[in-house]
Amino acid sequence: MQLPEPDPDILGRRDAIIAGLSALFPHDRVSDHVIHDTASMRVFECDGLSAYRQLPLVVVLPETTEQVSKVLEFCHRGGVKVVARGAGTSLSGGALPLADAVVLGLGKFNRILDIDYANRCVVAEAGVANMAITDAVAPDGFFYGPDPSSQVACSIGGNIAENSGGVHCLKYGLTTNNVLGVKMVLIDGRVVEIGGRHLDAGGYDLLGVITGSEGLLGVITEVTLRILASPEDVCALLLGFPSAAAAGECVAAIIGSGIIPAGMEMMDRPAIHATEEFVHAGYPLDAEALLIVELDGPSPEVEYLVKRVQDLAQHSGANYTRISQNDAERERFWAGRKNAFPAVGRISPDYYCMDGTIPRARLAEVLVRISEMSEQYGLAVANVFHAGDGNLHPLILYDANVPGELEKTEQFGSDILRLCVEVGGVLTGEHGVGVEKRDLMGEMFTDIDLEQQQRIKCAFDPDQLLNPGKVFPVLHRCVELGRAHVHGGKIPFPHLPRL
Amino acid sequence: MQAFYPETEAEAADVVRAALSENQAIQVSGSGSKQGWGRPVAADVDLHLSALQGIESYEPEELVLTAKAGTAMAEIERALAQKNQTLAFEPPDLGPLYGGGAGSGTLGGIIACNLSGPARIRSGAARDHVLGLDAIGGRGEMFHSGGRVVKNVTGFDLSKVMAGSFGTLGVMTSITVRALPAPEKLRTVLVFGLDWAQAVEAMGAALRSPHDINGAAHMPAGAAALSGADYVSVANRPVTALRIEGPGPSAAARCAALRELLAPFGETEELHGHNSGLLWREVRDVAALLPKAKTCIWRLSVPPASGALVTEALIAATGAEAFMDWGGGLIWLSVAPGLDAHAGPVRAAIAECGGHATLMRAPEAMRAAVPVFQPEDAITEQLAARLKGVFDPTGVFNPGRMKPGA
Ligand SMILES: Cc1cc2nc3c(=O)[nH]c(=O)nc-3n(C[C@H](O)[C@H](O)[C@H](O)COP(=O)(O)OP(=O)(O)OC[C@H]3O[C@@H](n4cnc5c(N)ncnc54)[C@H](O)[C@@H]3O)c2cc1C
Repeated sequence: MQLPEPDPDILGRRDAIIAGLSALFPHDRVSDHVIHDTASMRVFECDGLSAYRQLPLVVVLPETTEQVSKVLEFCHRGGVKVVARGAGTSLSGGALPLADAVVLGLGKFNRILDIDYANRCVVAEAGVANMAITDAVAPDGFFYGPDPSSQVACSIGGNIAENSGGVHCLKYGLTTNNVLGVKMVLIDGRVVEIGGRHLDAGGYDLLGVITGSEGLLGVITEVTLRILASPEDVCALLLGFPSAAAAGECVAAIIGSGIIPAGMEMMDRPAIHATEEFVHAGYPLDAEALLIVELDGPSPEVEYLVKRVQDLAQHSGANYTRISQNDAERERFWAGRKNAFPAVGRISPDYYCMDGTIPRARLAEVLVRISEMSEQYGLAVANVFHAGDGNLHPLILYDANVPGELEKTEQFGSDILRLCVEVGGVLTGEHGVGVEKRDLMGEMFTDIDLEQQQRIKCAFDPDQLLNPGKVFPVLHRCVELGRAHVHGGKIPFPHLPRL
Repeated sequence: MQAFYPETEAEAADVVRAALSENQAIQVSGSGSKQGWGRPVAADVDLHLSALQGIESYEPEELVLTAKAGTAMAEIERALAQKNQTLAFEPPDLGPLYGGGAGSGTLGGIIACNLSGPARIRSGAARDHVLGLDAIGGRGEMFHSGGRVVKNVTGFDLSKVMAGSFGTLGVMTSITVRALPAPEKLRTVLVFGLDWAQAVEAMGAALRSPHDINGAAHMPAGAAALSGADYVSVANRPVTALRIEGPGPSAAARCAALRELLAPFGETEELHGHNSGLLWREVRDVAALLPKAKTCIWRLSVPPASGALVTEALIAATGAEAFMDWGGGLIWLSVAPGLDAHAGPVRAAIAECGGHATLMRAPEAMRAAVPVFQPEDAITEQLAARLKGVFDPTGVFNPGRMKPGA
């Protein structure tokens, strides 16, 4: 993985840049807002993909949209790159600093601004943790849908930047389906408000392209989110199967019968064992595959669907069935799955989490091919899987202290993602491209497709100062991308803006 | 205007390239059923997508369907119904609103207008159900975005921008949408006699309840009288409707609970499958619930809690007929044309509460003079203009449809 060469001119101007940024906080203690000593910058040197580390040029922690605007305007004027950072839990290196870039942290944007039950939405600053949104409205019987496993830590702004998912996205949608509006600062310091408490855009769907843009288009400072009434009842089934194929069949049967569970998660044998040892959730250790199927909704519906899922599981050959009798038991079922990453972290010095999506029907085949690759590479794999929507998280176990093992792991990971694309899936279901999958983009997109995406980057950030080196494998200059085909020396509609 | 009906993506691309090389502007349409939506387009070439049609693949077990952009919605809905599935965003059929026949719209048209029905409040908009697409851009190049799976964050989501762009960014040739299981049972709880404010309150109470409502509309007495559904047509009073879908036992129990919840608001009644289906189709397709006379029609998306105030104010200011969907968040207004379809009060109402208003139906000359879509603030307008430039640098697609000159 290669990051763009740091610009020696910027590195040489570091002191002046620090001074300039510090001057933007005249009424505050500067050390609260501008961090530049190596020891303090350490915490920012990586995100959740900790295999890659890089100290930033300097870290700024503004507190208001106005301050963000000033910081960006300053950076824009000086040609200084900026990497926005929420909680730093990205698993694709999206928030990985660059040596010649300012890290703009949104940690101080931690207030919920309005809870509006009449319009069923919440307005919050971008640094608020995902879980804090639900926590704020739960006492009144509401919740925020997308629930990444990192939800106690990850920021809502980061969620929008990554279009994050979670185990309940099967029923409640991804971040993009639950965001109503954002306040965003453009690289030149101008503040734009998009959307609001109403539904849909009046013009082009800017919100749609900002969501999932991985910090490349602007810095989000405020968000408006749709909240939903909490379901009356929730129940989970824990189902053990003698093979992954049988579990896959069960998933297909449930969906085929017209049931969309709130969540439907699968773990393979290594994942079952690692999590059981870690949290003692009571998982059946002789199962080859385990499904957690959660049903929520009005009580009569949950009761009815639980029976149907139970029948379908029996037909698909489940040899272990438990139905949660209360919330405590249900949470125990989930404890293993939700702690799958740290659990695997205990049995291996390091692990590398992949995130491809595949058509559900290809699951059994893909798992066989992954286990073959696992043998070839000599690296073990544990699989956890958002089975309902085909989002696969193979965790490759490795030891970074063994020379060459990280490189081997990266290659193995790339092979898995290529396989996902080959069977009709995609490179990333929820973790984003970041630096990690950047060089694989060509597996899914032609040069033309990628140029089209990059032109959107140019529309928002013509100097490409925001989070460069992420998402796109080749950095084209915006002027090159903007060339229109001119026929006979004249173009129609010459008054239209061109890039 | 020269008209083309390409049958393949390659033929469509040829039309675009030929027009590009001649510096000709292209009017892009599906079957043309919603051609009255938007400003008049000044084009040299008429590119109809209705012959670029057919379902390319439908995998019910994967919940995905890919079809050429010109495929008739009726054909797609038929194929889905055979497998007990549906498009959860409930695509409306606006053909009759524009004086055309029912059932003539295409998939490309629905997506290009990001058009969603009453289920929008629970199930999301059309754009939320587009998984990927192929399109021809303004450089004459074919590009692709998204995929065929629900969970996908690989690269920028161009499909979202194409949805709702009214053919001004490119020519969609193939679209993959998400299919979802059709609900087993459909029921509607009616509440009679509420005024606008009480209705918004009642709908809000229902939507805040755990009864999983996926339709919340309110018709004043006049609109209710136009409905063909039992109880509604003879109500002689305003009717507020709440939709419940789901497995049989669940739908029945929730209806009972919802009626109890709403009893303090007024007298309630329950509609079963057939009448429920009819009523929600009327709400979805709009035309039946508004006067048949040649009026102008506005569509306002507002914060739902503002729905009653905005509607009452606009009725007072313009003498409009109206009904509300989306729990108060969507207002349909039918006004006498006048000089500008009362754009002044409509825009003023939006300025106050936020949201957007679209002049859905008006004589062509008025659509050329009055902004059809919600005017944007300066920054948004600049970003939108740049996005247009990204996809269509020389401005060949549907010039003028959304804004003068763009
Ligand atoms: C244990 C663990 C479990 C996880 N589980 C899930 C899961 O279930 N589902 C899932 O989808 N993800 C999961 N993740 C990944 C990660 O938590 C999400 O991607 C999350 O949304 C990142 O949020 P963050 O605030 O940490 O963002 P960061 O890591 O700080 O940043 C991520 C990206 O967003 C950009 N960004 C951040 N804030 C802003 C802003 N305000 N404006 C503009 N750009 C911004 C950054 O530049 C960067 O590109 C998991 C991670 C961990 C460590």
